[in-house]
Amino acid sequence: MPLIRNGDVIADSWVRHEDDAPLPADGDLILPLERLLHEGTQLAGRRGLTGVQLANTADVEEIESLLSCLALVTLEFPAFTDGRAYSQARQLRTKLGYSGELRATGNVLPDQAAFMRRVGFDSFEIACGQDIETWKNAPRAISLAYQRGYEGGAVTRYETNSACGASPAI
Amino acid sequence: MYRYDEFDARFVRQRVSQFRNQVERRIEGELSEEEFRPLRLMNGLYLQLHAYMLRVAIPYGTLNSAQMRQLAAIAEKYDKGYGHFTTRQNIQYNWPKLSDVPDILDDLADVEMHAIQTSGNCIRNVTADHWAGVAADEVADPRPYAELIRQWSSLHPEFSFLPRKFKIAVTGAAADRAAIAFHDIGLRIKKNDAGETGFEILAGGGMGRTPLIAAPVRDWLPGEDLLAYLEAIMRVYNLHGRRDNKYKARIKILVRELGADEFTRQVEEEFARIDAPQVVPPEQELARISAYFAAPEYQDLPDDDPVHAKAIAEDAAFAAWASASVERHRVPGYAIVNISLKPVGGVPGDATAEQMRAVADLAEKYSLDEIRVTHEQNLVLPNVRKKDIHAVWQQLMEHALASANIGKATDIISCPGLDYCGLATARSIPIAQEISTRLGDDARQNEIGGLKIKISGCINACGHHHAGHIGILGLEKAGEEFYQVTLGGSGDENASIGEIIGPGFSGEEITDTVETIIDTYIGLRDDGETFLDAYRRIGPEPFKEAIYATH
Ligand code: SF4
Repeated sequence: MPLIRNGDVIADSWVRHEDDAPLPADGDLILPLERLLHEGTQLAGRRGLTGVQLANTADVEEIESLLSCLALVTLEFPAFTDGRAYSQARQLRTKLGYSGELRATGNVLPDQAAFMRRVGFDSFEIACGQDIETWKNAPRAISLAYQRGYEGGAVTRYETNSACGASPAI
Repeated sequence: MYRYDEFDARFVRQRVSQFRNQVERRIEGELSEEEFRPLRLMNGLYLQLHAYMLRVAIPYGTLNSAQMRQLAAIAEKYDKGYGHFTTRQNIQYNWPKLSDVPDILDDLADVEMHAIQTSGNCIRNVTADHWAGVAADEVADPRPYAELIRQWSSLHPEFSFLPRKFKIAVTGAAADRAAIAFHDIGLRIKKNDAGETGFEILAGGGMGRTPLIAAPVRDWLPGEDLLAYLEAIMRVYNLHGRRDNKYKARIKILVRELGADEFTRQVEEEFARIDAPQVVPPEQELARISAYFAAPEYQDLPDDDPVHAKAIAEDAAFAAWASASVERHRVPGYAIVNISLKPVGGVPGDATAEQMRAVADLAEKYSLDEIRVTHEQNLVLPNVRKKDIHAVWQQLMEHALASANIGKATDIISCPGLDYCGLATARSIPIAQEISTRLGDDARQNEIGGLKIKISGCINACGHHHAGHIGILGLEKAGEEFYQVTLGGSGDENASIGEIIGPGFSGEEITDTVETIIDTYIGLRDDGETFLDAYRRIGPEPFKEAIYATH
C-alpha cells in the first residue's frame, strides 16, 4: 500500500510481523502489541528497528515503558468515522512524549489528513488508487485552526500571520 | 454581539471552499454518497424524505438584523420562502439543491454565519440561555464562554469523529432556560466568594430513547481551565464511548455504565495530565471576546414608563399579549420582548421571509439591533424600551407574530416529524396543529396557565418530549401511527423526565387525551398551582383514571 510521508509517496521499509514465527535478526519490524510485550527485552539483540501496531481499543499507556525503544507506532482507523486513534495519537504525543514516527493505517482519506497531522500523525498508509494530488492539496484547504497546543502547522489566532497559507506537506 | 475578525472570516471562507470542492467531487461522482455523507453531515446537510435539508447554526441563539435579513434572503432565493427554527437554536431550510449549498454557505459567511457542525458525530452548535446578558436573574453572561467553546470546537482535529453527536449548553443564571441537565455537557457559570468566575459541570444528560439527567462532575472549575477540562471529558468519551451500537453511543450511556464517580475519576486523571497553558487560550482571548458582549449603551430611564402603563390600562388585547410576552430586563426602563412563532393552528417554529424581515426591522429600530432564537422555537427582542413595546406589538400584529401564548398550552414544541424527517415514525406537526387549534381560545389558555407540551415524531426526541409537562411521542405499529404520552417532564433547574402514562393513543384520540389530562388538572389543582406542580403533588394516578376510563 502506498505510504505518504512529508508530501511524498515513499517506499515502506517496514515489515509487519504478524504470526508466531521467530523474529528475523534483521529488518524493521512492526509487531502486534501482544508480541511486543511478550518479547520485551529480547528485542535489544536484533539489528533493525522496532515498531508496534496498536488497535484503537488499546490503552497507549501499555507501551509507555517501551516507547524509547520504538521507532514507529501505527494506529488504526477501521473506518474513518471511528475517531479513537485521534485521541490515542494525541496522548502518545503529549501525555507520553513520544517523538518517533506515528503512522495512520486503515481507512485513511485525504479529507481527514489535516486533522491527523494536527494530533501528531506524520505518515499515512493509504489504499491503492487514491489520487495523490488530492492528498497533496487536502491539508492546504484550511490553514487556520482555533485549537492551541496541536501540531500540524495550522496557524492559530495568536500566532503571527506569516505562516498563513504555508501549510506543511502531508 | 460577537463580530468576526479577519481570522474568523478566513476560517469560515476556507471551510466553504473546502466544502465546495467536496460537493463538486460528489457531483462528478468522484465521491460516493457513502463517502460524501459524513462530509456533508459535518456541514449541516442532511438528505431527508423529499430533499436535502440544510441546518444553519445560530450560535447560542444570537442574531443581528443583517443576519436575520440574510436568513430571509436565503429562504427566498434557495428555498420556498420560509425557514424553520429548531429546538437547538438553529434554522433549517427544507428544500435547497445540493449544487446551491456552497453558494448558500458563502451568503451566510457574508454575514458571519455558517453551518459548521450542525450535524454529524461532532461537537454541535453550542447553545445558551436565550436571555443571556439581559435576564434579571443572571450571575454572569454565558455568551463569551459559549463563543469560546464555539471557536474551540470548530473543526477540532481530535473530536470530529466521536461515537455520536455531542451537545454543550451554557447558562449563567439560577433559572435554567438552556436545559443544561439534558445535554452531553451542561455548564453553569458561578461566582465564588472571592468573586471569581467558574463553572459547575454536568455530563451525561440527554433525551433520545434513553432519557437521562446529567450527572454532576465538578462543582467548581476555575473559569480559565474550561477548555482543558472540556478536552479531558471529550477525550475520555472519544476513547471509551461505545461505538458498537448507535443507540448506546452517547456519552450518557458511558457515564451510566461506568457510574458517575468512575467517569469523573477518569476525567480528572486525564485533566491532571493536560498541559493547560499549552491548550487554553491566553487570557487576552476571553477579554477580546467578552468586549463584544459588553452591555450596549442603555439610556438612563425610569423603570416605570407612563406610555406603556397607559397602553396596558387602555388596551386589553395589548395587555394580554404583554403579560405573556414581556419579561423583566436587568436594566430599568427596558424589557425583554418574546415573539411567539406558534400561531394557533400553525407550524411551530416556522417563519416566512417576510416575517424574518419584519423582526429584523423591529430589532434594528427598537432592540439595539439584537435578536435571540430560543430552544422553544420562538424569537426574542432582548432590548426594548418599555415605551416602545406598544409600537412593537402593533407591528408584530401586522405580520401575524403577536400570538399571546408564550409559555402557554399552544406554545408547543414540535419536531418536523413525518412531514419532512426521514427518521420519523409518525407525524408531529399536524398533531401540534390540532392540539393548538383545540386549545387556542384565549380564555381557555389563560384558564390552563403555564404548560409545556412537547412533541417528537420518533424516539430520537428532537421535540424534547421527555422534558414536556405533557410529552407526546409519535410511534408506529403495523403501519399505524400511535402516540405515547408522558407527564411531569421538565427541562428547567429542577429537571425531570416525564413518566409514561400507559398505552398509547391513535392520531384521532390524542387531542382528546390531552384535553382530558388538562381538565383533570384543572379539576384537582390547588389555588394558583401550575400543571407541573400539581402533577408532582398528586402523581399520575388521577390522570390515568381519567384517560383510560373514557376509552
Ligand atoms: S424526533 Fe425523530 S422525527 Fe422528529 S426530527 Fe428528530 S429524528 Fe426526525
